Amino acid sequence: MKRDIEYYLRREAFPHIWCAGCGNGIVLGAILRAIDDLQWDKNEIAMISGIGCSSRITGYVDFCTMNTTHGRALPFATGIKMANPEMKVIVVMGDGDCSAIGGNHFIHAARRNIDLTAIIVNNMIYGMTGGQYSPLTPSGRFGTTAPYGNIDQSFDLVKLATAAGASYVARGTVYHIRPLISLIKKAFNKKGFSVVEIISDCPISYGKMNRMQSAPEMLKWIRDSAVSSKVWENLSEEEKKDKYVIGEFLDVEKPEYTELYAMVVERAQKLEVGK
Amino acid sequence: MEKEGSKEIYQNNSVKITVDKEWCKACGICLEFCPQKVLAADEGGKPYPVNLSACTRCGLCELRCPDFAITVEGVEGKKDV
Repeated sequence: MKRDIEYYLRREAFPHIWCAGCGNGIVLGAILRAIDDLQWDKNEIAMISGIGCSSRITGYVDFCTMNTTHGRALPFATGIKMANPEMKVIVVMGDGDCSAIGGNHFIHAARRNIDLTAIIVNNMIYGMTGGQYSPLTPSGRFGTTAPYGNIDQSFDLVKLATAAGASYVARGTVYHIRPLISLIKKAFNKKGFSVVEIISDCPISYGKMNRMQSAPEMLKWIRDSAVSSKVWENLSEEEKKDKYVIGEFLDVEKPEYTELYAMVVERAQKLEVGK
Repeated sequence: MEKEGSKEIYQNNSVKITVDKEWCKACGICLEFCPQKVLAADEGGKPYPVNLSACTRCGLCELRCPDFAITVEGVEGKKDV
């Protein structure tokens, strides 16, 4: 049976701290609706975050939660999953937290294929600290540390996670809300390391630097820049400029880390000491 | 319209829209993207239904609300979104 979303919230913490129109709240709603559809027990869920605007998410949910250090949500989550593989462990990171400060942890969690779901809220900027560009700020866009335009290439998290060894990789947006809930549900159900990158809006730090003054304007930009994976294949490089592809990119079965580790424990316990 | 704490409840014989005026931050997302233009802004920029009978209970306002401030239900109490 469907529950009111408020069942999953720490009501006393509301209204939340995020700015008007911030995509973090939309992402939180999508995560909770996916959990509600799956009928997961609140006590079996561990939600782990690092540092950044989106990492405040763990303060608002009535699960087992940890708000950890910058970029280190995945190592903490790995520890929890290793100690109790029965837990359903969800990691929420921002683009800077995941791909800059925690970049190494991200590729190695994917390489191990440990059964965690990494949700990356990609608003393309360091919002909390004042709008510095991140590794996911597109080339040519503006940040407070790129007032003449960003000259860096941005990471493609989908390709990065796929190459590093994840089991499930998808990209959605806060505008395409029903497909987003489906992608998150599939990621939650996946045994192995699953990644959902979510293109999100930061009207304050990103929007104002990039000629989008409000949340609705940013959502229109997200809507108009998104291309489904089927259409994407037939676009020229010129047509792909300033667009991004959304959908599901990887869904494979392979050995999962905690299961492999349990086999190591079993083998070790069978060995007699001294022989 | 009825009030329940900070919540304003608007209802006809098929749909019930609840807006939490304390949680809403007047971002305008629900107003902009309602497919039926059911909602309008009050003087503070927060939504209220001007055209409740046009609501198809698609629930997009609720799903896209960053603040958990608007909900859409069928009047029989069953959640549609």
